[in-house]
Amino acid sequence: MTDLTNLTLADARDGLKAKSFSSAELTEAFLGAIEAANPKINAYVAVTGDQARDMAKASDARLAKGEGGALEGLPLGIKDLFATKGVHTQACSHILDGFKPEYESTVTSNLWADGAVMLGKLNMDEFAMGSSNETSYYGNVVNPWRKTGSDQALVPGGSSGGSAAAVAASLCLGATATDTGGSIRQPAALTGTVGIKPTYGRCSRWGVVAFASSLDQAGPIAKTVRDCAILLKSMASVDPKDTTSVDLPVPDYEAALGKSVKGLRIGIPAEYRVDGMPAEIEALWQQGIAWLKDAGAEIVNISLPHTKYALPAYYIVAPAEASSNLARYDGVRYGLRVPGNDIVDMYENTRAAGFGSEVQRRILIGTYVLSAGYYDAYYLKAQKVRTLIKRDFDLAFEAGVDAILTPATPDAAFAPGEITDPVAMYLNDIFTVTVNMAGLPGLSVPAGLSASGLPLGLQLIGRPFDEETLFQVAEVIEKAAGRFTASRWW
Amino acid sequence: MSVDIQTVKRVARLARIKVDEASAARMTGELNAILGFVEQLDEVNIDGIEPLTSVVAQTMKKRADGVTDGGYPEKVVANAPVTEDNFFVVPKVVE
Repeated sequence: MTDLTNLTLADARDGLKAKSFSSAELTEAFLGAIEAANPKINAYVAVTGDQARDMAKASDARLAKGEGGALEGLPLGIKDLFATKGVHTQACSHILDGFKPEYESTVTSNLWADGAVMLGKLNMDEFAMGSSNETSYYGNVVNPWRKTGSDQALVPGGSSGGSAAAVAASLCLGATATDTGGSIRQPAALTGTVGIKPTYGRCSRWGVVAFASSLDQAGPIAKTVRDCAILLKSMASVDPKDTTSVDLPVPDYEAALGKSVKGLRIGIPAEYRVDGMPAEIEALWQQGIAWLKDAGAEIVNISLPHTKYALPAYYIVAPAEASSNLARYDGVRYGLRVPGNDIVDMYENTRAAGFGSEVQRRILIGTYVLSAGYYDAYYLKAQKVRTLIKRDFDLAFEAGVDAILTPATPDAAFAPGEITDPVAMYLNDIFTVTVNMAGLPGLSVPAGLSASGLPLGLQLIGRPFDEETLFQVAEVIEKAAGRFTASRWW
Repeated sequence: MSVDIQTVKRVARLARIKVDEASAARMTGELNAILGFVEQLDEVNIDGIEPLTSVVAQTMKKRADGVTDGGYPEKVVANAPVTEDNFFVVPKVVE
């Protein structure tokens, strides 16, 4: 039998239905692959083997009766940010030491209700704050990709680095991820995988550890555009437990695939051509434009004039919201407690020991910009700039643009330790963060390899709740570019 | 705008994070780099612009005011570092 872990999620689904193999066999293949690869890739921080086998057995019983949901028997990895009942849920932070929730997040509940099998919890930057997976309490994730002829380790991007690496190394069929400033799309681009951040409000945030509540959205990372469409259909829902969950029915995203893009208007924003951007990123972008033109799409030049202000505004809004959200970690209700002379001393000792340096930095920035006398100068101004960023997109869509094509990242994967300056690290999200600020859907699809043999991605940005067009257009790029698979060294 | 080490210590105190002299000094530099970066926003004309409060045009949903959950204190405190009789235990705050 061929290696089952190499299948796409769609192929595995069809194979299970055709009874070519069982979910138990498929699940066992992934558990074996994880056991062999994880010491080198470090994508999983917890493997739930017994639970996976039980879920697979139950799926096989349903499949045997001709029953089963949309994801019946399909093994997935779950980012450590999602609450999973009785299972390691720590946002890869020391401060949530030992936390095992008594409840299940809405997104993962939806997946299990559709029959999916949980393989374990995936590594990530601490509290989703990072672009390289170097801030995890559980150590760096190693990118399955290496430069041609090199054995130097590279980062998988972040914060959903474990999700992206697990998919790229075939350690799951697909993974849940979250995106606050680019945390789905940037790691997907750096690992040759597909990732979509849906419109704000499409996936419930209930049971997802909060970072910046007005920006956080869950979405899938998978091997193909089709696999992402299948996963998003199950992850998305209307949830009364999340007041920002939007009352719109979830469409059948897979049905949007294969539709012609003839006549669709694709916007190319001039402001995404930034100083110092490598020539190969520009070439990749031009190649993407050519593919879509060949497929019959109309290419229109557009302007999003406030693009350059999205990242500085983000680094006010996101830390401000994070400093409020992370106030709950006080050593009283869950996780780590470090004793002190009195209660304040206990809080301070706990938070100093429990939070890593990037998280502390963002809490301090957030506390400062919200503190008395500075609120108007920072937070209020940033929220006004955010209005302008959103207006740029609104105007482009009102003018008849159906989707926007940009590079996903300013460069390919880099080495751990290569970027130590926090602001330089933040620049990794320069093309993705605008989308979170405006609440729009954004998708990253692999489109080529760099000169050194590393995957590069293109980003598609859509109208609110028009994920279908993104899938439709992304599949055209995927078909033209082909799929990219890391050669196995692990 | 930039911050000095005293401000960093004050903010750390507000955020309830203990910092020693060395980390306060390091953070001062890092925070100033970030504050310098966000200073670009001063170039933007925001006269008459309303702050964005929601990216989606939807009135916030309100559920019916009723009890929908609860009655399991042991689960609520299950993850707490120190508990007693289903209460959270903290250092003494009142003499």
